[in-house]
Amino acid sequence: MPFLLRLLTASCLVLAALIQGPAYAGMTIEIVGGAANRIPVAIAPFLPTGASGDDIAEIVEADLRRSGLFNLVDSSGLGKSGEAEIVDHGQWRARGADALVVGQVSRAADGRLDIRFRLYDVVRKVQLIGFSYLVPPGMSRAIGHKIADAVHEKLIGEPGNYSGRVAYILKRDGRYELQVADADGFNNFTVARSPEPIISPVWSPNGAKIAYVSFEQKKPIVYVQTLADGKRKVVANFRGSNYSPAWSPDGRKLAIALSKDDIAQIYLIDADGGAAQRLSKGGSLDTEPVFSPDGKWLYFTSDRGGSPQIYRMSVDGGEAKRLSFDGNYNVSPAVSPDGKYLAYIRRVGGSFHVAVQELESGQTQVLTDTHFDESPSFAPNSRSILYATLVNGRGVLATVSVDGRIKQRLTLSGDLREPAWAP
Amino acid sequence: MNKANLISLLIAGLLLSGCAELKALTGTDNAPIEERGTVASAGTGTPAATAPAPAAQGSASASSIPAEPAQVVETHALPAPGSTEAQAMADSPMSPVGLRAIVGVPPEQAALLRDPANILSKRVVYFDFDSDAIREEFRGLIEAHAGFLKGNGAARIILQGHTDERGSRDYNLALGQRRGESVKQALSLMGVQNEQIETVSLGEEKPVQEGHDEAAWQRNRRAEIHYLGE
Repeated sequence: MPFLLRLLTASCLVLAALIQGPAYAGMTIEIVGGAANRIPVAIAPFLPTGASGDDIAEIVEADLRRSGLFNLVDSSGLGKSGEAEIVDHGQWRARGADALVVGQVSRAADGRLDIRFRLYDVVRKVQLIGFSYLVPPGMSRAIGHKIADAVHEKLIGEPGNYSGRVAYILKRDGRYELQVADADGFNNFTVARSPEPIISPVWSPNGAKIAYVSFEQKKPIVYVQTLADGKRKVVANFRGSNYSPAWSPDGRKLAIALSKDDIAQIYLIDADGGAAQRLSKGGSLDTEPVFSPDGKWLYFTSDRGGSPQIYRMSVDGGEAKRLSFDGNYNVSPAVSPDGKYLAYIRRVGGSFHVAVQELESGQTQVLTDTHFDESPSFAPNSRSILYATLVNGRGVLATVSVDGRIKQRLTLSGDLREPAWAP
Repeated sequence: MNKANLISLLIAGLLLSGCAELKALTGTDNAPIEERGTVASAGTGTPAATAPAPAAQGSASASSIPAEPAQVVETHALPAPGSTEAQAMADSPMSPVGLRAIVGVPPEQAALLRDPANILSKRVVYFDFDSDAIREEFRGLIEAHAGFLKGNGAARIILQGHTDERGSRDYNLALGQRRGESVKQALSLMGVQNEQIETVSLGEEKPVQEGHDEAAWQRNRRAEIHYLGE
């Protein structure tokens, strides 16, 4: 892919030229479709430019642009508005902006960065919000994302997605790496590496641990690994196959699928391992459990009706209610953090698409036109879905907004699969 | 990234998310700015002046190769003795680590398993799409292995079930398990003891043929027989 190669080459050259380079973008993200009505906003360069290795205005601009909800207005040549100066709303309005972000970065005596910004409505000529942060130097990217979140929330009326992290599996050179990256693809690092497959990474509710399935012992076994120190524990290695971990919202339990009693059944175990409490009653393949945000329900895939479909049952076990009815293959349920939406994979003809169902009304919609979709995962703000797919035979990640309009594609050299958005 | 920096980052994140007190917003150009977070530097004794950006991979050396974080887990490092992983490997009844001879099988019998002219060296049963039914053409192979296992009661096999790549990875683990169980069922009906067989699924994760067409898919829909110790 020549464009990607040029982009990666450019990134490497920029890194070599600077003494303290900006953070390395492991993954590139491109917008493929945006909202119909985008809010025009300008991000003036923060003063003074070049103060820290990462340009905060650029980070804010890139975040907002990637969301597909904003039109980024050209901010060059209008003179730099530090936050202390009076803003000339008229000249920004003339550029087509409805909103303006100005800010500055200065260094405190102890070496910390003092980062402050203001968001203006340049039509009504009023300040909407203004925040300041006093943080160690390495946190400028994180603050850039927080500013983008604050601007997004003020202008759109919903929380943004920019401060989050994603986990995913990267397969390259015959090896599998479980990696974590910022939501913008930067700062990716490896959590576990293996010559055998790793699948199904899932974040604990507080983001401190990841459970995953590893085939390093030539059979699927569930591990829980702590990110900070890399310590990990086998939590399920029963006879046969152990897979599909899902955390309870209180972080104390895992739902998993086991083959030890019947081909595929759902059990609960403590999050640090132990005896398995069986929830499925047998007679069908039951797998892919996920908890509802209130912890009371389990959504799962079952073929008890003759074909794989999505069901819901109480965490105490008991009767299951079928939720999917279109077609003969609906799998991989994911529930939005606000509890309103169910995403899953539907097979239509020979293609596999992300579909979403509004739980209250039961209305469903196929969202994607990619063909080999897997592994849907909701963003923390419930507004978009991260998933894996194939493009030209190569594994990539993608996002789609729940209304289907905004799409992104995330690529890295190698095959990407099994994404999970951190809570 | 190293451990100290990651801990600083985590502490910073925790402090930031619990906001400092907010000041009133007056909405004019000169409105006071709300303090949104103050993070003390070097709280744990990390020298802030020399610490590279905690989350940045480049650090001060301008290398474009991400620094290896200290806490990467390499799955094929040997677990520390007495650790949970070592215990798990020891507990797993089918752990084949370090064995050279086929478990429970005298050498002259083991030779049969390796003889290319002997049907016992054939180990793969293939399946139709969406199916776990054993095709007629594989009956002879299964009968041969059933006879071998009955004659070598201490021998152990692992049946590995596989699927092609289409569809959900997790659901394919269940389907692969079903294929393995199907072969196990056939062996049991021929008199093989349950204790001699463990069935695992590798789902779509270990294809023998890469490719996105039926030629590849049909070679990947399979169950494999592995004798413990091979």
